[in-house]
Amino acid sequence: MSTRIDAAFRRAAKEKRAALIAYITAGDPTPARTLELLRALERGGVDVVELGVPYSDPIADGPINCAAAERALAAGTTLAGVLQTIRELRFTSQLPVVLFSYANPVLAYGLSRFALDAATVGVDGVLLPDVPAEEATPFHQQLRRVGVELVPMLAPTSTRVRVKQAKKLAESFVYFVSHTGVTGPQAQLPTELEAQVRLVRKLTGRRVAVGFGVSKAEQVARVAQFADGVVVGSALVARIAQWGDDPELVGDLQRFVQQLRAATRRG
Amino acid sequence: MKRLPDERGYFGAYGGRFVPETLMAPLQELEEAFREAMRDKAFKRELDGLLRDYCGRPTPLSFAQRFSAHLGGARVYLKREDLCHTGAHKINNALGQCLLARRMGKVRVIAETGAGQHGVAVATAAALLGLSCRIYMGTEDERRQALNVYRMRLLGAEVVGVDAGSKTLKDAINEALRDWVTNVHTTHYVMGSVLGPHPYPMMVREFQAVIGAEAWLQMRKVYGGLPRLVVACVGGGSNAAGIFTAFLPYQKVKLVGVEAGGRGPLLGHHAARFAGGSPGVLHGTFTYLLQDASGNTAPTHSISAGLDYPAVGPEHAFWKDSRRVEYVHVSDEEAKAAFHLLAELEGIVPALETAHALAYVTKVARSFSPAEAILVNLSGRGDKDVAEVARLEGVRL
Ligand SMILES: Cc1ncc(COP(=O)(O)O)c(C=O)c1O
Repeated sequence: MSTRIDAAFRRAAKEKRAALIAYITAGDPTPARTLELLRALERGGVDVVELGVPYSDPIADGPINCAAAERALAAGTTLAGVLQTIRELRFTSQLPVVLFSYANPVLAYGLSRFALDAATVGVDGVLLPDVPAEEATPFHQQLRRVGVELVPMLAPTSTRVRVKQAKKLAESFVYFVSHTGVTGPQAQLPTELEAQVRLVRKLTGRRVAVGFGVSKAEQVARVAQFADGVVVGSALVARIAQWGDDPELVGDLQRFVQQLRAATRRG
Repeated sequence: MKRLPDERGYFGAYGGRFVPETLMAPLQELEEAFREAMRDKAFKRELDGLLRDYCGRPTPLSFAQRFSAHLGGARVYLKREDLCHTGAHKINNALGQCLLARRMGKVRVIAETGAGQHGVAVATAAALLGLSCRIYMGTEDERRQALNVYRMRLLGAEVVGVDAGSKTLKDAINEALRDWVTNVHTTHYVMGSVLGPHPYPMMVREFQAVIGAEAWLQMRKVYGGLPRLVVACVGGGSNAAGIFTAFLPYQKVKLVGVEAGGRGPLLGHHAARFAGGSPGVLHGTFTYLLQDASGNTAPTHSISAGLDYPAVGPEHAFWKDSRRVEYVHVSDEEAKAAFHLLAELEGIVPALETAHALAYVTKVARSFSPAEAILVNLSGRGDKDVAEVARLEGVRL
């Protein structure tokens, strides 16, 4: 289990709030700016950062994150470069980092080499949106060997059997996809969400973070009442898209994250 | 089910299910529904009936007399999938999957299309079976295959242009997968080739296996034996898998799949996955694909929209490694020459995809004796390509 992720969830729980998990795409708008954006997220009060590795065919992503991946790739972002950024972050920060990557960039990098390098630079966990439990074994073995978590993803369509499968992989938390769909803002979160999250927590015995579709402070506030963590992604990515390379971006992102963080309080 | 894949959907090292968790339970349901349908005599009867009375099966086997004489070597036989309703083999799979969708209680089907042939086939089957239908198509392909876009609309389908990435088949599949993730409760995704996550490569092969089963019987009847060589073009690989499957057990029958060599061997100029690619994951399956050093899908090019795709069906990857099938590629120019040759010598305008298989035959026919036979899967007719060939040759219509 990653002690940094675990500690972040414990601290949030102690403060009677859900952990705030912020997603951004590495290399957007340029690889050179990712480090300062990560620091802005940390200053804003993010508990865990989820850093997306841009990929040419992101089938689980909606238009906002797809466009970010295209910008990042056009700016020359590679998995090797993303790992280098995390290495730099680790000189001054203990912010837990979960990499979000499709399978193929990891396979092209080389699975065992990836695991070793990720652990070395201080990656705490990995989310692989197109690697379900059935395909996870080689990834899980390599990552586990070096103490990096493979965070299982569950969805509203997951059967009980599948939820229990995820339990075997899960370490500090499982990731619950809030709705059947891709990433991107949703006007409304499903009414069944709370019951589903409670069931997943019961069946896996793990913390549950809810992602996909959560974009507004009000939604964060609602999800925080029943989930252990809330992931906000596209809303941040959309701001990055808006500001582009404008230096104002850093301050804006930090202020927005502060609002989200304030919304994570329970009760 | 006969042969591979194994229970995890693998053909040796290739295949599997690399998809978001949301799709896993639906894929398991689909696999079960498919296996159940294939055991159900009533389903088989209905599908066979449609293939016969609606699609026009069995399709003929034609001896290409003048084409053979011109090449000077083997007797070349053409399996006439171009004579299927809608003009290509794609309808075999579209009817099978749309029947299955209806059986599963789905009211909506979606599909990707490159050349437009699969899109037309699905729009047709959906009209026949009363399903609502949306087709995703890259905007570059919409331009190249404008006739088919309008055909799909005539058939009552909604055609959605995809303007992302390379604006071709690969991007249309991305968008169709996103639609499916979102609407999985009501919608069946009709994958158009032996691609994608398990059970698609198996299911599409089984729905296309009718091609080889018929051709096997017809060769014995018309020619009096099995061919020495069976040739098919390979986009995703469905028409090739459909014809190869019947001949796999006969080691004396050489099987050749022809990929798009495009403009040349530089990455980005072709779609020859086995010549320029390496194993990786794309669209839910582990297979050979054209990719850069970081694992991003590489751009592809082919004169033929239906072959212009960076990955290939996982069973083909297995056949390639096991050497049961040989994979070659021919260039845009060679395909175009074969397109003209067959039109002039046999009165058959082939699809540009199919022209790749024919181009390979023009190169090797002479190395066979006149007593030997080559069987070519004439996967589709070329009406859809007439305008694009004219444009490429500077002819104003
Ligand atoms: C006539 C024809 N042949 C071949 C193909 C390539 O597909 P596959 O390799 O799945 O047969 C297409 C695809 O659109 C086609 O229209």
